[in-house]
Amino acid sequence: MGLVAAELERNGISTVTIQLLRMVAEKVRPPRALVVPFRHGYPLAAPDDPAKQHAVIEAALKMLEDTNLQPPAIVDFVPYKDK
Amino acid sequence: MGNLREFPIKYRLFLKAYPWRRVDPVPWQPLQKPLEDCRLALVSSSGFITADQAPFDETIRGGDYSFREIQSDITVDRLIDAHRSDSFDHSGIRKDPNLAFPISRMRELEKKGRIGLLNHRHLSFMGSITAPGRMLKKTLPAALKLLKDDAVDAALLVPV
Repeated sequence: MGLVAAELERNGISTVTIQLLRMVAEKVRPPRALVVPFRHGYPLAAPDDPAKQHAVIEAALKMLEDTNLQPPAIVDFVPYKDK
Repeated sequence: MGNLREFPIKYRLFLKAYPWRRVDPVPWQPLQKPLEDCRLALVSSSGFITADQAPFDETIRGGDYSFREIQSDITVDRLIDAHRSDSFDHSGIRKDPNLAFPISRMRELEKKGRIGLLNHRHLSFMGSITAPGRMLKKTLPAALKLLKDDAVDAALLVPV
């Protein structure tokens, strides 16, 4: 995904990539990577849980809007803990 | 969670030794307008297809580097998990494809006005491609043209 993101970005399309392994983000270096603490198969946290899925997507969208980020931007997603 | 320890030893060793391609220099395209005025597309490597599409070819060494277009008005119960890898638990994305192809969530964001427009089509790739060169050379130009023709401003990329 990181290589695809870079190619899109080179051609004028802003990107943000959900990343499951920080190691991969650091090696490949997509322009914007949101590193999530979820296991593979669960990139947006949980099935049938729109709130949790929206939380991840919102964090990714905020990266697109953040004018202070510098490439490569690697940000850790910190989920709210269930009470 | 989110680290190598979740994988069986054969995948751990592979991921550690794999010669990841490094993006250098890192391109940077800031948004040119507020997100609420942008057109967004989803790009996923979760390998989803629809029933009327050819499945990804599991016999291609290094991975099937083609992609499928997924229409924006699709209902998630029509998305079929065709990802070939046995390295992760598929039960979540089979129960709710939004977990890796969040088309319902994106439609909700469009409805709320958080994003301007959701593009009418999105891209589904097969993940776990170990030979990405062919994908970059042979497939990505067509995928890129599709997004450019649609005047897509930004893309959310989701792995699995």
